[in-house]
Amino acid sequence: MAVEAAPNPVVAAEHTSTGLNHRKVLMWTFLGSECMFFASLISNFQVQRGRSLNGPYPDDVINIPFTSISTFSLLMSSLMMVLALAAIQRNDVRGLKIWLLACAFLGTLFLGGQFFEFTQFVAEKGLKLSTNLFGASFFVLTGFHGTHVTIGVIWLISLYFAAARGRITVKDSLSVELAGLYWHFVDIVWVAIFTIVYLLKV
Amino acid sequence: MATLVRPAARPLTSLPRSQAMTGLWSWIITVDHKRIAVLYGATAFIMFLLGGIEALIMRLQLATPNGQVVDADTFNQLFTMHGTTMIFLVIMPLSVAFFNYIVPLQIGARDVAFPRLNALSYWIFLAGGIFINLGWLIGQAPDAGWFGYANLTEKPYAMGLNTDFWLLGLQILGIASILGSLNFFVTIVNLRAPGMRMMRMPVFCWMTMVTNILMLLAFPVITVALVLLMFDRQFGTHFYIPSGGGDPQLWVHLFWVFGHPEVYILILPAMGIVSQVLPTFSRKPLFGTPFVIYSGIAIAFLSFGVWAHHMFAQGLGPTADAAFAFSTMAIAVPTGVKIFNWIGTMYRGQLHFTTAMLFSVGFIAMFIIGGLSGVMHASPPADLQQNNTYFIVAHFHYVLFGGAIMGLFSGIYYWYPKTIGRLMNEKLGKWHFWLMMLGFNLTFFPMHWIGLDGMPRRVYTYPEGMGWDSYNMAETIGAFVIAVSILIFMYNAVWSMRHGAVAGNDPWDARTLEWSIPSPPPHYNFEEIPVVTAMDDWWHKKYGDTGHEAAHGAPAAPPAMAGASVDHDVHTEHAGHGGGGHHIHMPDPSYFPIILAFGMFVMALGVITNYWICLVGFCFVFAAIYGWSFEPVSAPEPPSGSAESHPVHETPRTPVAAH
Repeated sequence: MAVEAAPNPVVAAEHTSTGLNHRKVLMWTFLGSECMFFASLISNFQVQRGRSLNGPYPDDVINIPFTSISTFSLLMSSLMMVLALAAIQRNDVRGLKIWLLACAFLGTLFLGGQFFEFTQFVAEKGLKLSTNLFGASFFVLTGFHGTHVTIGVIWLISLYFAAARGRITVKDSLSVELAGLYWHFVDIVWVAIFTIVYLLKV
Repeated sequence: MATLVRPAARPLTSLPRSQAMTGLWSWIITVDHKRIAVLYGATAFIMFLLGGIEALIMRLQLATPNGQVVDADTFNQLFTMHGTTMIFLVIMPLSVAFFNYIVPLQIGARDVAFPRLNALSYWIFLAGGIFINLGWLIGQAPDAGWFGYANLTEKPYAMGLNTDFWLLGLQILGIASILGSLNFFVTIVNLRAPGMRMMRMPVFCWMTMVTNILMLLAFPVITVALVLLMFDRQFGTHFYIPSGGGDPQLWVHLFWVFGHPEVYILILPAMGIVSQVLPTFSRKPLFGTPFVIYSGIAIAFLSFGVWAHHMFAQGLGPTADAAFAFSTMAIAVPTGVKIFNWIGTMYRGQLHFTTAMLFSVGFIAMFIIGGLSGVMHASPPADLQQNNTYFIVAHFHYVLFGGAIMGLFSGIYYWYPKTIGRLMNEKLGKWHFWLMMLGFNLTFFPMHWIGLDGMPRRVYTYPEGMGWDSYNMAETIGAFVIAVSILIFMYNAVWSMRHGAVAGNDPWDARTLEWSIPSPPPHYNFEEIPVVTAMDDWWHKKYGDTGHEAAHGAPAAPPAMAGASVDHDVHTEHAGHGGGGHHIHMPDPSYFPIILAFGMFVMALGVITNYWICLVGFCFVFAAIYGWSFEPVSAPEPPSGSAESHPVHETPRTPVAAH
């Protein structure tokens, strides 16, 4: 009986000043910091726009229909993430596993598209990191985004295996929610990158 | 991660692992915020000595015209490393040491929100600090100035590894800063004791929070700037190289978008310390506390809008110059508000000039001088005269040494008894203060004159007959006086550990919660989490609502607190737990933080040697993150554990840690 009464910092941490879980506040704060990271990278892309001294220029390499498809798969993966969270919140571990895998699959599809795009740019179009400022700022910006997606996919797969081993129940839905916050953030950043890098012509 | 709901499972009799262990290993795996604070403080102080030695060598070189102590190349390395060290490896970590030690105590918490993340921040900081200094070993320390302007840092002009050590080291330090500030932001927002509303929080915690918000928003920008530089140097891009279409100005913008908030990151913690010390030794509440808090927030907000005042000499055009001149002058207003509030706190107070108080008053005086010269170069025409001269050197030493370092020393004298349990020797402390004041002003005040007279900074020597000889000699003498005062401080700190007067809980009759617990505080800080009813809650608990009036009659010694702590003991015994905090369940130590930090160090080494080594480092990082994710916050019960321990095993750990 004394055990329950003991002031346990871990349990006490449940009674947070804001009522929000620490990890959730941490994740939101981290994403705020990440905003500045991607804002700086996007600013760099915009500053370097039109400054390339030699080709290939954006119009020579960018394939909007192809990237639209991979963008669509990333956007759909966010839907899968929502479904995964909804599943675990009603303690549906099977649903969680299915939607997590679907989400990770769509994320991987996006990464595959990016890999294909990169190799095509380098091998066929002759656009490398050091070719010109467009190549440099394009590869750095989308590369950092791709790294974030990769981390997210690893995270999702880890969650899947944890769920498969019965380590995730409704009590741990926060763990899924945090991965979801990260995943949606990465997704939103891609919406900005796709618009600015691929769609904007000025 | 510390927050996963896990029922308390440990039998009441067993001690937490970290308490049972002593010796070096226990420090390596510690997650206790107080121990991490000591690690931060000790590391920062060693770096302070290193940066100080670099400064002394420079002063020897400049003591006489045509000095021969070091050559130009070494001088470049010395001033670059002096600046980088003092900013990133001394003032910031020393401030973080105070965040670590004091913030949880002031807000009534048992630890920070994420103890392992806290340890990780320290170890990554140490890895970065060592990495950035590695260049000395091969004679290629960073040499392009602490703000590393592009072109000077680019390949045709910087072929050695100097700049690589700098840019990789700073990236590592940036990660440490971001992780640390995430942790403290969450701690302050979420871990306050019951009743401690934001406006009841001590001003030091407020300034900590503001500082950490600045770090969270500023460090990603420098990270991107450094990443682009790294790509320029390693992978042949041309972000900052005009011959490839790039723009060195972009570096300057990105650097100062980070760099100007950075100077407030350096000064706000010291302002927070002063805001604790002055009320204690004036025996009055801080005058206009909300104004001090809001001013801190205003400074933080404006600090992101003043960066281009570092670029007046680069030809931004009259519109940009005027706008940034305006915002720079505007930021002096909240700073001035704070100064008036501190003076208002002392006005008609019962002043007790302890060493801590002297340093705080010294802070105000020196910071006013530095602030005034700062407003002078907020004016672009004036700045064009002062730019790149010793006048600028004088200015930022008045705000960073006379300001931040004085404030931090004030904090050391103020909280040393809380940390060690013994008071520092006041006589030696006063020698330290007065010698430092003398040496500091002797070193830096003449720089105003020789700067306006045109002596350029960062130049390794100067010819005879410029009229600068005697000033420079005086500055060198002053620098050695500072060195003597630091030696006195070190002697005092070591001497007082054994021979200082025993402090007791509350030697200063102070105002905030950290003084309500024993010195040094037990591992778990608070036997019972306090319930806060007022600003300066401890003062109110001692003297009641009329605390202010009672203060005038109150003796300097702590009279009232013995009763309060007895109350606490009675209460806990009544709850059937007994003393000693055995029932308090603290997070267990972890060795993953140091493994992760080691992996980062190896990765950085790989970038400048062989990318395969990078991969080895990455494996360490990856393994550490995975181990960390699956490691329970507290170790599982040994088999002998009672039935009550079962819920622990049923509560799963999930791989959620991205950090």
